[in-house]
Amino acid sequence: MNFHHAKTFLLGAIALGFLATLGANRINPYWLFIFYDIGIGIVMAVSLNLINGYTGQFSLGHAGFMAVGAYTSAIITNQFGELNFCAANGIFAVALLAGGLAAALAGLLVGIPSLRLRGDYLAIVTLGFGEIIRVILQNMDKVGGARGLSVMHGWTNLFWTFGLAGVTVYVVAALVNSTYGRGFIAVHDDEVAAEAMGINTTKYKVTAFVVGAFFAGIAGGLYAHSKQFLTPGGFGFMLSITFVVMVILGGMGNTVGVILAAILLTLLPEGLRLLSGLGHLPGFAAERPLGWIGDTRMIIYSLLLIVLMLTRPQGLFRLKKSAAQK
Amino acid sequence: MTEFLQQLINGLAFGSILALIAIGYTMVYGILRFINFAHGDLFMLGAFVGFYVAPKIAAVLPLPSITGAIAVLLISMLVCAALGVLIERFAYRPLRKRPKLTVLITAIGVSLFLEYAGQFFFGAAPKKFPEILPVLPLTKIGGLSLNSNQIIVLTVTLLLLLALRFIVLKTRIGTAMRAVSFNPEAAALMGVNTDVVISFTFALGSALAAAAGILWSINYPSIDPLMGILPGLKAFVAAVLGGIGNLPGAALGGVIIGVTETLVSGYISSTYRDAIAFAVLILILLVKPSGLLGKKEIEKV
Repeated sequence: MNFHHAKTFLLGAIALGFLATLGANRINPYWLFIFYDIGIGIVMAVSLNLINGYTGQFSLGHAGFMAVGAYTSAIITNQFGELNFCAANGIFAVALLAGGLAAALAGLLVGIPSLRLRGDYLAIVTLGFGEIIRVILQNMDKVGGARGLSVMHGWTNLFWTFGLAGVTVYVVAALVNSTYGRGFIAVHDDEVAAEAMGINTTKYKVTAFVVGAFFAGIAGGLYAHSKQFLTPGGFGFMLSITFVVMVILGGMGNTVGVILAAILLTLLPEGLRLLSGLGHLPGFAAERPLGWIGDTRMIIYSLLLIVLMLTRPQGLFRLKKSAAQK
Repeated sequence: MTEFLQQLINGLAFGSILALIAIGYTMVYGILRFINFAHGDLFMLGAFVGFYVAPKIAAVLPLPSITGAIAVLLISMLVCAALGVLIERFAYRPLRKRPKLTVLITAIGVSLFLEYAGQFFFGAAPKKFPEILPVLPLTKIGGLSLNSNQIIVLTVTLLLLLALRFIVLKTRIGTAMRAVSFNPEAAALMGVNTDVVISFTFALGSALAAAAGILWSINYPSIDPLMGILPGLKAFVAAVLGGIGNLPGAALGGVIIGVTETLVSGYISSTYRDAIAFAVLILILLVKPSGLLGKKEIEKV
């Protein structure tokens, strides 16, 4: 995605989110929450794409950053009671920003060991950080520990979700397409060669982690104020894997593909659930002929993942080569 | 002091199970340079094979008894070895020339598949693993209480590690394994059938994971389809800690993680135990990025 497309996407996402929010009360709440999940998925996947796709580092702990952002923002907004529209959105914006900054700080902590580690070693360390964050949250009684934390305000709406998804896409695209950002791709392509050309690879790797973690923290804030209940267990290793899969299916370093993959992978389990609930299909005698899908939904999901990797390892949506692939 | 020794023994028993799993990770990594994420689930399958086979064995051999337990252990190891070979053949082999990341994601897919298929076929609720070993009364040695199961875990692990050492160092196929891990292309040119070697590696690793599954279930008899995730992750951490690709390193890493975790949960706080493995890993990698016994790889341009 080039810079101008990213600008259009940003404006489009904000306008669409704004308009849709006005009509939100006409949308079925079930779908509304799926739309929130899609927006959050886009923020998570696009920000992870900066680390894993463009910079070529391998992070398996993105859900950990999300947890930091979710808890930070929830703790802030829980200090307030019922507020009017303006105050609520103002506080929400501050809380989201604080969540992002807290996560960015965590990203800095993870980024530092990445200076010395490569490939699989880095992957396992990021996984470890994610797990450590989860265990620490489980042991913090102030935020409910393993019992979880209730978030009082359901302030997430389509405007915030898609507006921030637009901002994420814009910032990542602008960063990668800038003169400065060529450094990320240089680190991805060949770290040793990049270093020999005078690129400060350390700085780029840490920057990728900090920026990626910042947006994951914001996504966490959106998640907290959409679900209104947080448990440390919800931010485990499996959630990180979900976002990694979005990046890989979308095609590493391909922002458009990653957005599409985030949409598809959020809808897929819901779609399978819907199929299994269908009654009386023509040509079938049974009450719910596709009911078996409900039980085997996740098996289908995992098989699909294997088959996709065997048949389209470059990602589902690789139409032309992205910057990271050239 | 006695309490410390007691914790040490508990830690050793736990650590030796982790070591058995870690060796599977490290062997596959040594040869194919990729993390087989589905390995922890073979540990789970090992336990479930034992669960379903034990009643059948009971019809032929007396159970609980030593011979019966050995039969359960061997059958579970054989079944899992076959499964490991099948997984490699159908999920990983077609991807051998592709980027490592593709294979890694496939491995995650296989892992999810085994977990969800396990939930579908075995049921998600925990099951009670049958008693396959006679429970001996606790042996007391100078205030230390030694559980007969712990002694069995330690003995079986030691025997399996010795057998593995023999296979890797003294047999033809072991020499071939070392050759492939040293340089796959050169080994192939020298007439080593790399496909056979890789299949054999998967069989060996999966059999050890199955043995770990049985040993685990003897000590902690509640088994469920997701039981492989956390021990799998910790064993992987153990393999990285020891220097991935290095067999003694994996065993050492397993014991270190097992003992540290038990000591920390015994003396400091048990709620932090799941974070210990990772904290130890990060600390050691910061000092020695290639693991304790790993060789530093110099990247040439």
